[in-house]
Amino acid sequence: MNKLYTPADYVPIFIQLGLAIGFVLTTMIATHLLGPKRRGKVKDEAFECGIEAVGDARTPISIKYFLIAILFVLFDVEIIFMYPWAVNFLQLGWFGFFEMVTFMGLLLVGFYYIIKRDVLKWE
Amino acid sequence: MVKIVDKPEGYEGQGFFATSFDKVIGLARANSLWPLPFATSCCGIEFMSTMASTYDLARFGSERPSFSPRQADMLIVAGTIAKKMAPVLKQVYEQMAEPRWVLCVGACACSGGIFDTYSVLQGIDRIIPVDVYVPGCPPRPEQILEGILQLQEFTKKESLRRRNEDKYKELLASYNILVD
Repeated sequence: MNKLYTPADYVPIFIQLGLAIGFVLTTMIATHLLGPKRRGKVKDEAFECGIEAVGDARTPISIKYFLIAILFVLFDVEIIFMYPWAVNFLQLGWFGFFEMVTFMGLLLVGFYYIIKRDVLKWE
Repeated sequence: MVKIVDKPEGYEGQGFFATSFDKVIGLARANSLWPLPFATSCCGIEFMSTMASTYDLARFGSERPSFSPRQADMLIVAGTIAKKMAPVLKQVYEQMAEPRWVLCVGACACSGGIFDTYSVLQGIDRIIPVDVYVPGCPPRPEQILEGILQLQEFTKKESLRRRNEDKYKELLASYNILVD
């Protein structure tokens, strides 16, 4: 708490990061160059239990999965913001309380919009 | 009492053990042959009971059966292979990664069995190279285990360069399996 950290003190973290990425890159390149390679027309085809593969795997996926996931992320971040408020609840006093109520109110307006647009309806 | 495999010949000292690559790699490969069960008929049921708890195959290292050829070592063909199924079997074999071994379980896979007819392939060695044949109709799980143990002996003694030799390439070419 009393010691001041200069930016130069953070250099070991970047060295560690560099070593980790360097190890990964080196082993990937080395195995690609040194490893055995065996290619064949039939061998490289996609495995479809022994029969010919038809078409590619690009099918459209329904959007409800994405919407649920992205709304989860948003409201999860809101919950994370509530943690420090909960810990310092008494020191923040009435002012902090009304700030949090405003924050949640803005997000609840968004939630009301979501419910009215039937985004959470699964069928 | 857990039974462990004997160590190969090598020079032992204080805290180290030196041996040759092919002994160690052969040992590792032999005791971890992951099967790809290509089970078609009754022999498939016998294979299922070999994998189950009474005749547990996993205790010999075949811990993870995979139904994808990309991650399997040994192809176990159990059951009658019809001529219509033959290109499917060949495709599955070709898509396996080296080193790969083939175990032929049951009379129908070895030679067509009692079905000497127009629709049954008279033995899978007409389309893919086979390493160990397990005869029987169907063979008991103990016999299938014996076949796998024979394959393990085979694997332990195999030379590391075998898959790159010309002899092996000619063998594959004779089955019309073109690699590289």
